[in-house]
Amino acid sequence: MRDREDEWTGLMRSAISGDSAAYQRLLSAIAPVLRAMARRGLARAGQPVDQSEDIVQDILLAVHLKRHTWDVGAPFAPWLFAIARNKLIDALRRRGRRVFVNIDDFSEIIPSEPAEETVPAREVAAHLEALPARQRDVLRSIAVDSASIKATAAKLSMSEGAVRVALHRALASLTARLRKQ
Amino acid sequence: MDTNRLIQTLAADNAHRERPVALVLALALLAAAPFSLAIFFMELGVRPDAMAAMRNPFFDLKFLVTLALALPAIAIAIHLSRPEASLRGWAWLLLIPLGLLGIGAGGEMMMPQRLPMMTRLVGSNSRICLTAIPLLALPLLAAALIGLRHGAPARPAVAGAFAGLLSAGLAATLYASHCTDDSPLFVATWYTIATLLVTAIGALAGSRVLRF
Repeated sequence: MRDREDEWTGLMRSAISGDSAAYQRLLSAIAPVLRAMARRGLARAGQPVDQSEDIVQDILLAVHLKRHTWDVGAPFAPWLFAIARNKLIDALRRRGRRVFVNIDDFSEIIPSEPAEETVPAREVAAHLEALPARQRDVLRSIAVDSASIKATAAKLSMSEGAVRVALHRALASLTARLRKQ
Repeated sequence: MDTNRLIQTLAADNAHRERPVALVLALALLAAAPFSLAIFFMELGVRPDAMAAMRNPFFDLKFLVTLALALPAIAIAIHLSRPEASLRGWAWLLLIPLGLLGIGAGGEMMMPQRLPMMTRLVGSNSRICLTAIPLLALPLLAAALIGLRHGAPARPAVAGAFAGLLSAGLAATLYASHCTDDSPLFVATWYTIATLLVTAIGALAGSRVLRF
């Protein structure tokens, strides 16, 4: 458990200093843990666990957009679990139940295997369609068609800088929409 | 959308850098300061005998108290903008302005006074004090909330309350130069009520706008 969390902290430090591969590895490493947490939270609240993927994506977006509030000198796991807890409580509340989640529950969680009954996340895709045209096109190209920033820029005849800006704005407005729903 | 795709997308956005919360908060407060200053100079202004008043330690104490509230409140608000932060180890800072007020009140008790205690406490500006501090604080409170929105406070109402405390502290610093009531008893009563009012507004607004 310690080793894993130290590894996360190291990856996040690399990510902050510009290593996108480390960032992707970190997000891939935390996703199963978040998934297990979301399932447990849903199960405890007496709700179908098939919505866990939406919660996982909600948390990942928050981690991404709020990562500047992480102190590079501090361990990453407490920060992550605080974000996750906040988003999980929010998600459960939105689904109509007041719940209290104990943060200690998360630290010992075992990553869940990608169970077959997992329903793919729908919320992000649904909100993607409602974004302003430019943001939607850029996000669709990168997130759905897996195009690089460079390829997206060429395809949409935009500069790479403009693609980056649109991508970030798309992620931010997606998060705002998820929060408001 | 597939989570792995989302992760790839987030990694593609890794180059994007946000400004630290402290910087955004500072810029927002600086941008809002002219509004509070404009209200102050148009409606209130510095009291005419300010130069003479500076020789009165109880006049100076007012600024010490209000700044001892505003500055720790700023530090705590920035601290609380991190999701894993708690008030533990920080809340005691709020005892500093209270302690200063207590010392001031004690000092005043020991000195011969022209006016009875209740008269000093009630003062002659209580109504202005109760309206001016919240009014001067509002632009700063809005700025503080905008700044803190940039963070990720785990408890939005608490973070909002500190936005209220810091803006009330700054507003009271400004107001103190207008007010002719210098008794620590007046400050402890009316400034405190005004501050609590702004704090409550901050907590209420925070619980709505500071969720992330």
